[in-house]
Amino acid sequence: MSLIRHVTAPLIDQNPVTLQILGICSALAVTTSLATALTMSIALTVVLVASATVISLIRHHIPSAIRLIVQITIIASMVIVIDEVLQAYAFAISQRLSIFVGLIVTNCLVLGRAEAFAMRNPVLPSALDGLGNGLGYSLILLIVGTIREFFGAGTLFGQAVVTTVADGGWFQPLGLMQLAPSAFFIIGLLVWAIRSLRPDQIETPEYTLQQQEARR
Amino acid sequence: MSEPQNFWQRFLARPNDDRAKTIGIAVIVAFVCAVVVATTSVMLKPLQDAHLEAERAARMEAMLDTLPGMRAVMEEAGVTALDVRMVDLAEGWFTDEIEPAGYDAIGAASNPETSIAIPAEADVAGIGRRETHAPVYLLQRDGELMLLVLPMRAAGYQSTITAMLALEPDLRTVAALTVTGHGETPGIGARIADPAFAARWPGKQVADDTGEIVIEVVRAQATGPYEVDAVSGATRSSNAIGSMLTFWLGDLGYGPFLDRLEQEGL
Repeated sequence: MSLIRHVTAPLIDQNPVTLQILGICSALAVTTSLATALTMSIALTVVLVASATVISLIRHHIPSAIRLIVQITIIASMVIVIDEVLQAYAFAISQRLSIFVGLIVTNCLVLGRAEAFAMRNPVLPSALDGLGNGLGYSLILLIVGTIREFFGAGTLFGQAVVTTVADGGWFQPLGLMQLAPSAFFIIGLLVWAIRSLRPDQIETPEYTLQQQEARR
Repeated sequence: MSEPQNFWQRFLARPNDDRAKTIGIAVIVAFVCAVVVATTSVMLKPLQDAHLEAERAARMEAMLDTLPGMRAVMEEAGVTALDVRMVDLAEGWFTDEIEPAGYDAIGAASNPETSIAIPAEADVAGIGRRETHAPVYLLQRDGELMLLVLPMRAAGYQSTITAMLALEPDLRTVAALTVTGHGETPGIGARIADPAFAARWPGKQVADDTGEIVIEVVRAQATGPYEVDAVSGATRSSNAIGSMLTFWLGDLGYGPFLDRLEQEGL
């Protein structure tokens, strides 16, 4: 049963985005709409599970001197395969994601899990850990994507939810939501909300300001 | 039969910091990854090409839509798409030897039998070889040319850029220019495919009164009918478009065809 923890823990308690602040770059870039956020989430989860499985499978035979480059080679190959599959079967979406699928390889999350977990654990826990972290990343992306697409364009998955002013309705889309900074605000607010509910996630400050005594 | 297995087991049993094992693992991982990537790429290529082809067709349609009144002319002529005819580039005239349907220009250019090598000093577009035949798209009304569309390509900053140039019946005025395919840097060079860049072309003149190809992509403010503003930050990609026109409208490109078309008409 403890295996299930590998999947559930990264959803909130160990969330890669809100606790470890990893994968922020793609979280800013692909969350302007739900469709791209979902595609990116699936692509990253698949890469994470597949690379964790393969790396865990050969972990006893990876020489420590070249372990990072072996991991990156495996991850990069997976990413190319996913990118090619998207271009073949989801062409329109892959055009909109442009380079961000290719950039999964530079996502700290993937290499981080390979190095921290898959190198030291058997195949099944590693795959589940990859799945959990992928789902944790996906959860944040989908939340941010929903907020940004709804408030930025009044649509969800491209379907109009409320009628915008441009179409003769009442809803005035918030242009800021279509720009990258809004994702910073939303992720920041999510981090704040989660840490308010789970105070044990709050990091101890690295240094504190010295209280100066009032001079007379 | 058991020998290679023993060898394999002996190899795996070596300590991980052993030099032979380090190199061996590196080679094996690289080889397996290369095979996986190459297999996927080759297997999915036909599907991806079909998407690219569909996008090219859609861009052609979109280009026709941007031309004022072109749809009305087509409706009047009773056609829904442009005529495709093959042109023998050396001869400069139409030919029926090759079927335009399914013609692969880039494939033909890599085959010595269906292409010519371009002398280095004339190869401003950087494409190396040029196919002997090219498809052209035309729209005619009562035997009179209304629009001529020429496919072309050039080496860009990091990829081959393919484009379509639509010319007015005078064969000098640009009706539209649209980039149909490229692999330039997303967000930078890729902006040559944006409608904003395409919008700078209509009305420009490719040749001066003597018939010389003078159109140019310039970095500063474009002045006059022979200059077009480059995409800022994407000088190399923009310049490639200029060189593409210089080459493809020149003597080694569609030049002879355009000359003859101008003199003889359709």
